Amino acid sequence: MKLSRMEDLGPVHYDVLKEIGNIGQGNAATALSSFSNKLVTIDVPNVRVLGINQAIEYLGGPDNIVTGILVRLHGDINGMMLTILQSGFIKALVEMVFGRTPATPFDLNEIECSFIQEIGNILSGSYLNAISSLSGMTTDVSVPYVTTDMVGAILAVPAVEFAELGSKVLFIDDCFTFSEGFNEKMLTASRSNMILIPDLQSLGNLFDKLGIS
Amino acid sequence: MVIVSIADLAVASGDETLVTYALGSCVGICLYDSVNRVAGLAHIMLPWSKEAVSTENNMRRYADTGITELITKMIDSGAKKAQITAKIAGGAQMFGAASSAFNIGERNIKAVIKILETYRIPIIASETGGSYARTVYFHAQNGTMEIRSANRDTLMI
Repeated sequence: MKLSRMEDLGPVHYDVLKEIGNIGQGNAATALSSFSNKLVTIDVPNVRVLGINQAIEYLGGPDNIVTGILVRLHGDINGMMLTILQSGFIKALVEMVFGRTPATPFDLNEIECSFIQEIGNILSGSYLNAISSLSGMTTDVSVPYVTTDMVGAILAVPAVEFAELGSKVLFIDDCFTFSEGFNEKMLTASRSNMILIPDLQSLGNLFDKLGIS
Repeated sequence: MVIVSIADLAVASGDETLVTYALGSCVGICLYDSVNRVAGLAHIMLPWSKEAVSTENNMRRYADTGITELITKMIDSGAKKAQITAKIAGGAQMFGAASSAFNIGERNIKAVIKILETYRIPIIASETGGSYARTVYFHAQNGTMEIRSANRDTLMI
């Protein structure tokens, strides 16, 4: 299928992307559970196609401080994937794993920083594995690049590289709930967002592989 | 407070303040005529309009066309071109030097410097590069540029 615009996607395509989101989130929950040694439950992810400007507003406005983890994709799917973690998620994760509550997302030591980098790696890997297990497409992933800063500047990175401010991205809303066990007290519920920015040709190829035109 | 969004520009005077949020690799160009107290702010994303691959036709996105339009608008608002000075901020590389082969922030800065040179507008202050975002407030009353970054001290230039 030849996609010329992200807006050409129909309900069937959204369903497929949602299913990829579902599987990816399941993978991610398993990984987070083994990291944190807690029970992790998930809500049905919300998959949307948003403009970059809309995504910035949705993530709290341009000067909201978030942690962004960027990986570049090469192979059957070309593009980039951004994991956006709100400060609350960073604090909750660090607290569960290291038993210390950082005052701000800047207040992390070297080990905690590489832990967050690894979380981003795992989250983006979870979604990419979902894509390759469904479609058989393989994608090489760059090392993760991490920064904590204003979300407007972070999302400008894909906007500039794809040279279209109005360009659309796949926006996946995840909610992970951590607890000690079934029917036990909930410890924390944290939202993270995955933003997949594929080039349109790769996305078209994905639907071809899945037999959807 | 006049908000200038990404790939946009605006002119202000009197006691107004222009603000643009979260400049990463983008560059904020603050132009000021201190005699007539006319201030202008442009938030550009990319260096040259002739390199455009985009089908979108927003000329405020590029340094060359954006700065040209900003100067014209300021002259329309009573500024004199010979009195205009510039302050610039931004041009960072958000995920650090290893994250991308082509440093768009640096290319933006170079283009802005070159374009201002052609217009003979002196750059009297700048705060560029690095790998952090900047929010810029530009006060039309005195031409002060206030730069706020996360986890850093606010700068007045």
